[in-house]
Amino acid sequence: MSILEVNNIHKSFGKTKVLQGVDFTMERGEVLVILGSSGSGKTTLLRCLNFLETADKGKIFVDGRLIFDADNKQKPSRAEIRERQLNFGLVFQSFNLFPQYSALENVTLAPKLLAKERADFKRNKAAIYDEIEKNAIALLDDVGLKDKMNNYPCELSGGQQQRVSIARAMAQDPKILFFDEPTSALDPELTGEVLKIIRSLAAEHKTMVIVTHEIEFARNVADKIVFMSEGVIVEQGAPEEVIDHPKQERTRAFLNKLSK
Amino acid sequence: MDRLSEVSASLVGGFEYNCIIFFCTLVMAVPLGLVITFGSMSRFKPLKWVSKTFVWIIRGTPLMLQLFVVLYAPGLIFDIPIKSRMTAVLIAFVINYAAYFSEIYRGGIESIPKGQYEAGQVLGLTKPQVFFKVVLFQVIKRVIPAMGNEIITLVKDTSLARIIGVTEIIMCAERFTKQGLIWPLFSTGLFFLAFCGILTLLFGYIEKKLDYYKG
Ligand SMILES: Nc1ncnc2c1ncn2[C@@H]1O[C@H](COP(=O)(O)OP(=O)(O)O)[C@@H](O)[C@H]1O
Ligand SMILES: [Mg+2]
Repeated sequence: MSILEVNNIHKSFGKTKVLQGVDFTMERGEVLVILGSSGSGKTTLLRCLNFLETADKGKIFVDGRLIFDADNKQKPSRAEIRERQLNFGLVFQSFNLFPQYSALENVTLAPKLLAKERADFKRNKAAIYDEIEKNAIALLDDVGLKDKMNNYPCELSGGQQQRVSIARAMAQDPKILFFDEPTSALDPELTGEVLKIIRSLAAEHKTMVIVTHEIEFARNVADKIVFMSEGVIVEQGAPEEVIDHPKQERTRAFLNKLSK
Repeated sequence: MDRLSEVSASLVGGFEYNCIIFFCTLVMAVPLGLVITFGSMSRFKPLKWVSKTFVWIIRGTPLMLQLFVVLYAPGLIFDIPIKSRMTAVLIAFVINYAAYFSEIYRGGIESIPKGQYEAGQVLGLTKPQVFFKVVLFQVIKRVIPAMGNEIITLVKDTSLARIIGVTEIIMCAERFTKQGLIWPLFSTGLFFLAFCGILTLLFGYIEKKLDYYKG
């Protein structure tokens, strides 16, 4: 069964039709890279999948379970929203770390708040927090920032901030981790350290959806590539097919422009 | 010498009123301002409209006039006169300052980037959790300088209470002026200067404390 099935997603802002029927499926452990020129709707798609926008039409299934249906006008309860949100993690282009918290606190904040809902929270508070902190330190170690865990975001470079934000997203153990141009806000010399982390997640078979303009990175990290244009998926397939032998004119034009 | 102790006893007694007005206004207007902010930022149109109109009226008329309105209106309109002048002063001050604070808060809240809310939401936080655990602290840091200004203005505004007969410090000093003694009136300035000086130091300290991060 597919871990994610996205079915006929539409989204408009006023009269602007941004997504016009997006369909794709993903298997567990797969890495999907979304390519497409600026304005093609990649960010909007990720935002719809993470419920930062509500799609006008379409369905989303996770592990075969319907978690979003635009036709269902019933408002989901807070618990349902929370539950479906936790299926996914999102790493933003602009990091969006919480400036008043240290790197470690950024990673532990959400898990600690979530833990308060556990039945055994009152009894085992110290042990639960201890566990969350250990896990967070391990995650920061994975992204190479254990020695910076007590630093505040303003004291970190862009690349370091983005690595903290990856650790923060991982701390909620999402089934699928989304990245929206994770290196676009970084100086060129800092992109490598972030891409390296994403590659190592791919090696651990983390299920991921990555929007990027880094073609070489896409080629070697992706299991499948999707090319979007004007709110629809124009072409999809293995990296060597889409990048090296694109069938569609629009894909070719995009890749040509990128390689210049 | 006798005169000096008489004057200072009178001025200190008067300044007690200024202090009471100051602290009571602060304690009540700070949270009430937040309530008004939520109103004027509400997506529920009538509530938003009522809050904004309220703020417009309060900020668009003199506090001095508001003092008279609070003192006389309940008696004239509802036939339930306000018994204590001090109560009228406190009501007018709390309403007035809550309106000003609410605009400062609104500015602070609106200056927080959308990405902060979205990051919290994506991590599975509830709306109240996002507000209280992520946004509020950043808002506090951003509004502290403007709040400092407003609170220092409040110290000096407390002397307006005399126009509806509360015997605050300047009113006390004026009694001596009528007896031909001008220096007590001038020396009230020292009280205000000292009070504002302490507040300036306090706000400087708080700003420094919150300066451990940028952004
Ligand atoms: N909140 C919004 N309101 C109005 N238009 C929007 C909004 N968000 C995105 N758009 C429009 O949708 C189109 C696609 O944007 P986006 O999804 O950000 O594309 P991409 O990420 O591929 O560059 C753009 O034309 C953009 O102007
Ligand atoms: Mg984008």
